[in-house]
Amino acid sequence: MRILSRTAPLLIVALLWEAITRGGLVPADMLPPFSSVAVELVKLATGGTLLPNTLDSVARAATGFAIAVAAGTAIGAGMALWRGFETAAGPLVQAFYPLPKSALIPLVIVWFGLGDTAKTFLIFLGCLLPVILSTYNGLRGVDQVLVWSARSLGASRAAVIREVLLPAAMPQILTGLRTAVAFSFLLMVSSELIIATNGLGYLIGSYGDNGAYPAMFAVILVVTGLGFAADRAFVALSGFLLRYRE
Amino acid sequence: MSTQLSLPAPSSLRPPRIAWSAVATVKRFASILAVLLLWEIAGRLHVVRPFLLPHLESVVWRFYSDIVTGTFFWNAALTLYRAVAGFALAAVVGVPLGILIGMNRLMRWFWDPLVSLGFPMPKIAFLPVFMLWFGVFDLSKIAMVAFSSVFVVIASTQAGTAGVERWLLWSARSMGAGRIAVFFQVMLPAAMPQILTGLQVAMPVALITTVVAEMLMGGAGLGGMMMQAGSYADSIGVFVGIIETSCVGAIAVTGMAQLRRHLLRWHPEFNPR
Repeated sequence: MRILSRTAPLLIVALLWEAITRGGLVPADMLPPFSSVAVELVKLATGGTLLPNTLDSVARAATGFAIAVAAGTAIGAGMALWRGFETAAGPLVQAFYPLPKSALIPLVIVWFGLGDTAKTFLIFLGCLLPVILSTYNGLRGVDQVLVWSARSLGASRAAVIREVLLPAAMPQILTGLRTAVAFSFLLMVSSELIIATNGLGYLIGSYGDNGAYPAMFAVILVVTGLGFAADRAFVALSGFLLRYRE
Repeated sequence: MSTQLSLPAPSSLRPPRIAWSAVATVKRFASILAVLLLWEIAGRLHVVRPFLLPHLESVVWRFYSDIVTGTFFWNAALTLYRAVAGFALAAVVGVPLGILIGMNRLMRWFWDPLVSLGFPMPKIAFLPVFMLWFGVFDLSKIAMVAFSSVFVVIASTQAGTAGVERWLLWSARSMGAGRIAVFFQVMLPAAMPQILTGLQVAMPVALITTVVAEMLMGGAGLGGMMMQAGSYADSIGVFVGIIETSCVGAIAVTGMAQLRRHLLRWHPEFNPR
């Protein structure tokens, strides 16, 4: 029942979309009817174009994201736990933070060419800062009383990090990772639109250039669905990881 | 309510002691200076080909000549205009819609699934659609920027409005305030910090989208300039473009922080006891 109530607005929008295009309110070359987009989606999915490009895109996003999580948590934790490292890395992080990562696309092309490395590197860069900042803020925000109590009860420094700091900082770290998931999709699509070789962003751009609008809208629906699914999957995963909190 | 009152005062607001702040400044910029020094040394020793990493000196020189000839101001103004116009559109649509969603059950039922679908979606995927609908000039860029930044505005406005303590509204009502007065004097001020947070997140999003749209559609601006430099293998131009984009980004982010400080000057956040 709840699912029905949640999806009803989406159905209403789809029906409106179909109605205004079939009714001639919007010309079909501006917005193809929903039904023809759906037909095109099935054709693409069964025709063998969609799956390899989706896999390429997802592999890039996942690789960039994974490297960013590994490097970002390490840097963020280093900044939170060692003052010297914070003095060295903090200003760089601050200077780098307001820079739109997409502005680096031309530079990354110069450095890495038009291959997978360039796109994966961009996704990595985009995801890196939210991970660093949330790890740093999460660890710094832990109540010092908790740390002192653990130390006074005889816990070693490693044990304090593992048993106290990490669980306490986990919610904020996961919030940062959720932002990074969204960024990985954003950079995946924009890098593939600009460095057009393959992947979902490339499909959208090339169908658009060729005037194959139903196919273009179909791929956009796929990207939207993937982004949504990734976000939901991440929320479910965080719920599982945070199950120790009541 | 209590969470807002107990917000710690940002340390930057305390009056700095001069001697201490000079040391702190050197410390703050030491690692940035170190990176610039490494860059210069790498250039001098020919460790990296100048095409991959142009000399710091030539980048600074080009930046200077961009400023003197006015190229920088022209491109920066174009980018900033598109970003701010799209951002303003997103604010004008997103804040009222977010308030309505936060206050009205029916609106929430209809919009909640759409917003939660649109929020994590990579909005830039719609760029070819906006080109199809609005052409390749300013209008489509502004519409694209507004579309990418509106969801975060809606989401945080909705959360801010729905999170206003009920008893604040009830007390105001019981003391005889009308619906309109309650809205403007209690609801809106109480939701304001979170609305502004949403706008502060939306500003960089708007700028990023503008730069990417300019890269893909051309039409000058910082993104168009960088893409052109890239395709002429002018790596100095690419580096200068990155620096200029960060300048514009810093201006936009600082402007939003100032706006927050001005609009919330009554709020405990900016009035540490």
